[in-house]
Amino acid sequence: MFKGKFIDNLPKIYGTYTGGFLVFIILMAIAEQAGMTAKTIGILFVAFTVCIYAFIGWMSRTVQVDAYYVAGRSVPTVFNGMATAADWMSGASFVAMAGGIYFGGYTYMAFLIGWTGGYILVSSLLAPYLRKFGCYTVPDFIGTRYGGNLARFCAVVVLTLASFTYVTAQINATGTIAARALSIPFELGVWVGLISILLCSMLGGMRAVTWTQVAQYIVLIIAYLLPIFWISNKGGYGFFPHLMLGEEVARLGELEAQFGLVKNAAADVKAAGVPGGLKSISLPHSEVPAGGMAAWKFISLVICMMVGTASLPHILMRYFTTPSVKAARKSVAWSLFFIALLYTSAPMLATLSKLSLMDPNLATGIIGKDISAVMSIDWVQAWTAQKQAFIADFNGDGVLQLNEWFMRGDVVVLSTPEVAGLPYVISGLVAAGGMAAAMSTADGLILAIANALSHDVYYKIIDPKADVRKRLLVARGLLIVIGAAGAYIASMRITSILGAVAWAFDFAMSGLFFPLVLGVWWKRATRQGAIAGMITGLASGTAYLIYVYPKFMGNPAWLGIDHLRFGIIGASVCLVVMVVVSLMTPAPDSSTQKMIDEVRIPSGKTILGKQH
Amino acid sequence: MSNKEKHWEKTKGNMFLTLALWFFFGYIIFMFGESLNSASFLGYPLAYYMCAQGSIIAFVIILFWSANRQEKIDEECGFAERGEDD
Repeated sequence: MFKGKFIDNLPKIYGTYTGGFLVFIILMAIAEQAGMTAKTIGILFVAFTVCIYAFIGWMSRTVQVDAYYVAGRSVPTVFNGMATAADWMSGASFVAMAGGIYFGGYTYMAFLIGWTGGYILVSSLLAPYLRKFGCYTVPDFIGTRYGGNLARFCAVVVLTLASFTYVTAQINATGTIAARALSIPFELGVWVGLISILLCSMLGGMRAVTWTQVAQYIVLIIAYLLPIFWISNKGGYGFFPHLMLGEEVARLGELEAQFGLVKNAAADVKAAGVPGGLKSISLPHSEVPAGGMAAWKFISLVICMMVGTASLPHILMRYFTTPSVKAARKSVAWSLFFIALLYTSAPMLATLSKLSLMDPNLATGIIGKDISAVMSIDWVQAWTAQKQAFIADFNGDGVLQLNEWFMRGDVVVLSTPEVAGLPYVISGLVAAGGMAAAMSTADGLILAIANALSHDVYYKIIDPKADVRKRLLVARGLLIVIGAAGAYIASMRITSILGAVAWAFDFAMSGLFFPLVLGVWWKRATRQGAIAGMITGLASGTAYLIYVYPKFMGNPAWLGIDHLRFGIIGASVCLVVMVVVSLMTPAPDSSTQKMIDEVRIPSGKTILGKQH
Repeated sequence: MSNKEKHWEKTKGNMFLTLALWFFFGYIIFMFGESLNSASFLGYPLAYYMCAQGSIIAFVIILFWSANRQEKIDEECGFAERGEDD
């Protein structure tokens, strides 16, 4: 219909959209001056942006299989990079990353390295080859390369487990933000979030998700960068914070020495009645912890996050949508460029936010001041009332010490504009940005699971004769079912026992990394080897997780490999088993060998047809 | 050696070189984080800076550089795609 023209006009369309969004921000700022309440501004921000995403979702509806599964393979490089960046940066990245750095300092920043460096593995080992293959889903590659329904099915299981671990956290985040911005109960917020997510993806599948993700990226990056630059300039820290916060980082070191980094005993924290999930600063901001074990803990976390990145299907499938192999490769580079804009800013936000609370010379500083004075500050009252912040006077001297101020990590991003005294319109913008980040990731994940189940399980295994209409009906039905299952689990508020987002990376690397990589890079890899690798990798990783996680068996971690790093065990087992079993079984037949040769060169037809 | 084999050898070479750089910026420097931090860059302690920005920027540059290199290899061996440019 409008597709050809639409692709050519993309820069114009999204340029207008960005301009329109900036005008909307200015209008809201004027409305705030005219006396509009903070609550109304919050509602307008979230409602306005979600309506735009829904409109894009409606415009991108489709009845074609290749448009539904891979956006018709027509997404230009740079736009696919933006969409991937939105797909990648979850609600957790947006609201929790700066908070993580705020509390964890250098040790937490292993996540930054892990969540960016993984893209080099994606680009050099996988993305261009999977694009040449022409698959619709990740199990589609496994199923065709190794042959047989069992291999395909194993890949679907790993994909579902990893993506579902991730998706509940995202729906949880949309629920939290929707609840706060729209002033509705959390349980309702989760379902509002889910409906918004489905509006973007249901009618147009991958095509709709692609174009909404681009729109969501624009909102989230403006919402993240604007406050940082504003605060930095307002506070006189430098007009370009990324290059100019050296002194502030050094000052944080001085303040840490002055106040002392005290780790509270768990019993004291409990006795004082600190609400769950709240933390105090006990780790240095920029100092590297001493010793080989600390370095290994840093590096092992980096390994898990990098290898996990390269195995997460909702990221890999974004590179199936580019027009060519060359474009897939370039698109990975653009993805990381757009991701880096936010990731390199998070430490700056953490620095500014920490300094504004810790420096007693600043008007905003609260550490080292009288507790009674601190308790009378508006934002402190608001956040403590919501149990997001807490003061416990352990030594009873009436002065707030560093270890006596407790806060939830999310509050760092959400409260910083308020603490720094920025107008409320910025807080509304940040809520819209957080919503965009959580929605875009949830969309990608739900679509990855639903596509694998509809294409690989339903069409390829159960009913290969199904017509297009029926296939797309099943795909959409599954989208609703999976979304509803995720929302239901999120609304029960049991996500804390489902564990960390990091688990998704560990599950994915345990079962999928080596079967994918060796599928391209080692011709000798056989079906039996891949199946054995996927099963034993996932099983051993999961078994180790149960063995080591404090809420399950709680055994001491072996070599510092704790529940965040169990993928190291799973992936190692997977590699060894896959190689040994492959060498014990006969080499793949000549047609498979030929297929691999074809995958390795960019030119020529894709292995799987345009419609399959 | 056939053209295809030559292309694959060069592709592998590019992959290993890329991963060597990746390994340096992602792992090697953080093995020496403690001593690195006594140096400084733009006023930041060096290991902190590499973590916050340096390595991430290096990754972006490596990706573009490696993609361009691979494109040249494809051209050279005659396996570049035709007529479906972005």
